[in-house]
Amino acid sequence: MSMFSIFGVSGSAISAQSQRLNVVASNLANADAVAGPDGQGYKGRQVVFETVPMGSDASAGVKVSSVRENNEPLRKVHNPSHPSADSEGYVTHSNVNPVEEMVNMISASRSYQNNVEVMNTAKTLLLKTLQMGQ
Amino acid sequence: MFANLTSGLDFHSKALVLRAERQRAIASNIANADTPGYVARDLDFKSAMANATTSSLAPGSNTSPASGVTHKNHIPLPDGTQGGIGSLSKLGYAAQTQPSMDGNSVDLDRERANFVDNSVRYEATLRFINGQSKTILSAIQGQ
Repeated sequence: MSMFSIFGVSGSAISAQSQRLNVVASNLANADAVAGPDGQGYKGRQVVFETVPMGSDASAGVKVSSVRENNEPLRKVHNPSHPSADSEGYVTHSNVNPVEEMVNMISASRSYQNNVEVMNTAKTLLLKTLQMGQ
Repeated sequence: MFANLTSGLDFHSKALVLRAERQRAIASNIANADTPGYVARDLDFKSAMANATTSSLAPGSNTSPASGVTHKNHIPLPDGTQGGIGSLSKLGYAAQTQPSMDGNSVDLDRERANFVDNSVRYEATLRFINGQSKTILSAIQGQ
């Protein structure tokens, strides 16, 4: 019976990683966004993972405990001809670093794949256990 | 007579439960590969197996009553530490190979290798059980 909880554990990791991937996608989509009239540009977001016990203490799943905003200063570019430029000619962009986000994306996708593989192996083993004695 | 026939099966079924337990521990490690502060855990199969095989040495041969048992013919109640074959107490902490800043001690390469290794051994145990049950069945049929 205990192997069935692998699906819960790996499933929680898969959903957490896909949420991370989601956040990366919105960060990358807004990498070049400029600040609106209120002067508040897009701030990059990061997920925070947390271990969550599942059933017995032996198996530990994972969940996204919070999504935090990156508090680095927003990127300012001098471009007086831009319609969103402020009185000094600066345009405020988001503080997303595309290189970091790409690395984050690769890491999330690898972790996702790992967990899918774990689930597949557990499934194969359980199916073989079902056929025991035949 | 019949106990002799199935003692091998019993051994392998214990091994199978422990393998499943270890598989679950490794799956938890892989799931938490990116969680800050998570400490990798693992099951020492050798000692767990030794524990499982010695703790259940034929209850009849046990002359001194176990704790909580007032007569030697009483069946001892399973307690938390010995009842389940793969109980939590046997889980240890995996040694850290490459310490990281966030306190996570999962080595993904090692965990994946362990996972594959464990699943192959799980399957081997399954085949042992299958072969043995086939042997018993053909002995019963006597044809």
